[in-house]
Amino acid sequence: MPLPDEYLVYLRRGYGMDHDFYEWSTWSQRPKITWPDGARVALWVNVVLEQFPLDTEKTPFSVPLGLERPYPDYWNYTLRDYGNRVGCYRLFRMLDNLGIKTSVAMNAALAQSTPFLIQDIIARGYEVIAHGLDMAHLHTNATSEEDEREWIRRSLEMLRRAGANPTGWLSPGQSQSDHTLKLLAEAGLEYCCDWSNDDMPYPFTGPASGLVSLPYPFELSDVYCMGLWHQTAVEFAEQILDRFHALNAEATKESCRVLALTLHASISGQPYRVKPIQEALSAIMKHEGVWSAKPGAILQAVRSQP
Amino acid sequence: MKRSEPGLYDYLPLTSRPAIRWPNGAHVAFWVAPNIEFYELHPPPNMSKNAWVRPNPDVLNYSWRDYGNRAGVWRMIDAMKELGVRGSVSLNVAVCDHHPEIIRRCVELDWELFSHGIYNTRFVLNMSIEQEQIFIRDVIDTIYQASGQKVDGWLSPSVSNNPWTMDLLAENGVTYTCDLFHDDQPMPVRTETGRLCSIPYSLEMNDVIAYTRAMKTPREYGRMIKAQFDQLYAEGEESGMVMCVPLHPYLIGQPHRLEPLLEALDYIKSHDKVWLTTGREIAHWYRDHYYDDAVAHAKILRTSHAPAG
Repeated sequence: MPLPDEYLVYLRRGYGMDHDFYEWSTWSQRPKITWPDGARVALWVNVVLEQFPLDTEKTPFSVPLGLERPYPDYWNYTLRDYGNRVGCYRLFRMLDNLGIKTSVAMNAALAQSTPFLIQDIIARGYEVIAHGLDMAHLHTNATSEEDEREWIRRSLEMLRRAGANPTGWLSPGQSQSDHTLKLLAEAGLEYCCDWSNDDMPYPFTGPASGLVSLPYPFELSDVYCMGLWHQTAVEFAEQILDRFHALNAEATKESCRVLALTLHASISGQPYRVKPIQEALSAIMKHEGVWSAKPGAILQAVRSQP
Repeated sequence: MKRSEPGLYDYLPLTSRPAIRWPNGAHVAFWVAPNIEFYELHPPPNMSKNAWVRPNPDVLNYSWRDYGNRAGVWRMIDAMKELGVRGSVSLNVAVCDHHPEIIRRCVELDWELFSHGIYNTRFVLNMSIEQEQIFIRDVIDTIYQASGQKVDGWLSPSVSNNPWTMDLLAENGVTYTCDLFHDDQPMPVRTETGRLCSIPYSLEMNDVIAYTRAMKTPREYGRMIKAQFDQLYAEGEESGMVMCVPLHPYLIGQPHRLEPLLEALDYIKSHDKVWLTTGREIAHWYRDHYYDDAVAHAKILRTSHAPAG
């Protein structure tokens, strides 16, 4: 059967993006950003804590390193759960020792089921990012707008009841429907980390006005480098440092930059992986011109640019 | 009816084919092919291939590709300019409409623009010949209007073809295809009309394959490029070889990936028998000097090594 002729019709073929979520701009059109105290690179380390319900369906799609095996998938469930019991505390200790300002993106269901963990996170002064209900609640157009609004409301309510006060959002699996951004703005959230399309913050527009995109390079995440691509922790650490040096050089010539690093407690928190990551972060922290910052502080700094 | 073989080229073994001499006695014609692409957030379905792995909108994968245009491409262009390496752009021509600033920058630097279709989310699979004709004309017209360039090269979006695609390309004046990976030298492509040749493009050296399928680190990718070059450079003394490094700004334009590539390019440039060139220049040189020889030689081989019985 041949394709309908509409396949050769391109409704959004024109200047800018093919949607209304944000505006197109070239690198050189962006406003020059400066960080506090003359810093060049803002280092943002985000630890991700996830809860994968054992009965997670494989539709509408499976997230990477999720419950891929037949029910009951103890293999993957416990591998991921390791992060919330052991791996995260190992990472927290490492990050605290280095004096790194940290954020934690956390499924609301996990905060509810593990009061010890969320209280520990709050006590350490970390910034909590809402990470949806759990890894079984993926945001897609298969969910009605009403239901999705309710998911977001419940996620925030559960985190707040546990004592956190999230102002930012990361969807489970960076999944979004066509309504997600609007609903996040409507819920009063200030930033979202689902769009891995920039090295700097930028504003969402239209119904999502008020919401800011923070850079979230998932290619430099442990899920991709080590979990899916099977690179060693030493190779992962090399890439962190290489990325830092490249951004630092650019910031010297052009505009300040953000180095965002995502660590999943169940992956980076494995004993043999911690040391290379620690060494890379330590080298960055010792470098002059580095500002260790939580995402809220980065957003604040962007908003207060002259 | 499906065919058991492409039927697009003759068997011409490496050790028995007319020797190629590049300009100035270069051993290797070296070209860099950045793929500048636009993926749609809501592409229409094509029954043979999904544009995205997740249901629309696939924000994770869309934003990853968009990184190429928002950030990576500028970093990549500046670095290549500094090294004095021109690009031959494999272009989704809708970029001319969406992001004309990128096109202006490429034209300013005298980069070649060749076709990579309209969007990377629209495939020629299941098109009729008439639909594909319209598609090809659209590409040729769009590039001409944006740059004044005639389209010489063609890399199908997602390397998807119909059995008649090569004939249509030749008929429309395209001089080279990048969709065939059977050789390290250009080769004639058998078409009803025109003189189409294949130019080595390389999946092995392609950053998409190296990073997302072979899962290499940036430093390993840099070493692979140098090793590929060293071998071709040595062999190229006998008969000129082609080496291509296909790039994607959403991958190579990531800050942690650029340096090893630049180091490899610098290494390649430091050799004196290298022709730093473009797809178009290679295709024209080959077409004008070797196309006929290769066809004639293949004919001799067919006769002298006819199957028994």
